[in-house]
Amino acid sequence: MPPKAPEDLCRTIETLYRSESGRILATLVRLLGDLDLAEEAMHEAFAAALETWSQTGLPDKPRPWLISAGRFKAIDGMRRRGRFVAAQSAQALQLEARVNEAPPEEELEDDRLRLIFTCCHPALPSEGQVALTLREVCGLTTEEIARAFLVTPATLAQRIVRVKAVIRDQAIPYQVPVSQELSARLGAVLQVVYLVFNAGYSAEATGAGLSREAIRLGRLLLDLLPEPEVMGLLGLMLLQESRRAARSTAEGELILLDRQDRSLWNREQIAEGIALTESALRSRRFGAYTLQAAIAAVHAETSSAASTDWRQITLLYDRLMRIQPSPVVELNRAVAIAMYEGPEQGLCLIDDLLAGEELANYALAHSARADLCRRLGRLSEARVSYERALTLARQEPERRFLSRRLEELK
Amino acid sequence: MKYICLGYYDPAKHADMTEDERNAMFDECFEYDDHLRANGHFSGGEALQPRETALTLYWKNGKVAITDGPYTETKEQLGGILVLEAHDMNHAIQLMSQHPAVKYGSIFEIRPAADLNDMMKASEQRRKNTA
Repeated sequence: MPPKAPEDLCRTIETLYRSESGRILATLVRLLGDLDLAEEAMHEAFAAALETWSQTGLPDKPRPWLISAGRFKAIDGMRRRGRFVAAQSAQALQLEARVNEAPPEEELEDDRLRLIFTCCHPALPSEGQVALTLREVCGLTTEEIARAFLVTPATLAQRIVRVKAVIRDQAIPYQVPVSQELSARLGAVLQVVYLVFNAGYSAEATGAGLSREAIRLGRLLLDLLPEPEVMGLLGLMLLQESRRAARSTAEGELILLDRQDRSLWNREQIAEGIALTESALRSRRFGAYTLQAAIAAVHAETSSAASTDWRQITLLYDRLMRIQPSPVVELNRAVAIAMYEGPEQGLCLIDDLLAGEELANYALAHSARADLCRRLGRLSEARVSYERALTLARQEPERRFLSRRLEELK
Repeated sequence: MKYICLGYYDPAKHADMTEDERNAMFDECFEYDDHLRANGHFSGGEALQPRETALTLYWKNGKVAITDGPYTETKEQLGGILVLEAHDMNHAIQLMSQHPAVKYGSIFEIRPAADLNDMMKASEQRRKNTA
């Protein structure tokens, strides 16, 4: 048994784990070429630190110490297994030969970027990308991720095991894609970040945590890869997050944008979000995230719902439709037009959209239609659409909101 | 986090092994346990004597009843319990999937330990209030 480490050393190591484990893991993944091996080696390195540092004190540079310890632990492990599997033994020798090359500091940051691209590789199923990124890049535990997505730890654990097996079987490399591929692959990474953010946007209790993680990821990405769309996405997330305190009551009842108390909006997040969006727009190489951020920025800059510049918002939706056409964008554009030109115009567009297949089962399309009918005084139509929305809505706060609206119409 | 790993094995399979094979298996398993111990993963554990030595205790007709044998009868029997210290469920899976016993046909059920601290505190409070 190792000597009992003093309490403050335990706390120091816990703090180190929180701040450094992401970087250390990423570097070990590059050195060892295997995620499982790297994780195990990292945990063993932290355990070794507790034992060694209680005698020698904290080293000057804990991170290189931990990386080096992790490497030796991995070599030990390979040697141990190498007694039964020849390939492992050869790998151990190879690794040992490289053990004294110290990686330069800037390479360490590249390691994190490599790991992000691997976790978000398009060959992996979307659920797996999200779970793996949260665990390997953000450092969340299996149990924490499971809680956030309302699945059992056993389910989530298997999801992670499966996705790791795909990385191994398809020999997905740990590398940042070359420049021709970069923008497409970056798209997949941004999509994962936005999925994490959206999972946190609507969920009540666990939501704030996931949104925070997504924003942290966005910041990390921006540090590593300052591309316009990375700025745009981070800006978008900050602008949406700035309304968190205002968009529900203490009892968890939903409050829509036009009824929110705008003094509750987080000014700091708005300022940062707008600055990022403006830099992204100036680059002239922006995409759909930046345009969505620009739309959010128009709302954020407006002091009351009535004075919203709906013309500007409609124009931004037009541009968004050109680069990323989708029925959901069309729906949002229709709502903006209803505000700018009048409810009849909006209703025409929504009815056309609902006639198509894609939005026929989309709760928000029916509740948007209901709202326009209500404003036009067509109350029985409004009721039918609210009822339809209610049968399609899955989130509890959304369902309560729709029921309340229905009550008001009776 | 602590994970309780329940190791099941089929005694019939073990009976078919030669003594050398059995020794090789034990050596591998004990070596891996040492490795877990050396890295702070081995929080405790015991091997169990065969199920013939087991008895089962329960409440029946207002009193404690006892029968011979284990609580559940399956082809596999519970051979040992390992309390594993791991970072999370996937770390536990990673550590246990390398356990040589798996390769020799043992089955591990991995169960996260439950934290009953809050329940115990609430219970203490209730008992204090009724006392």
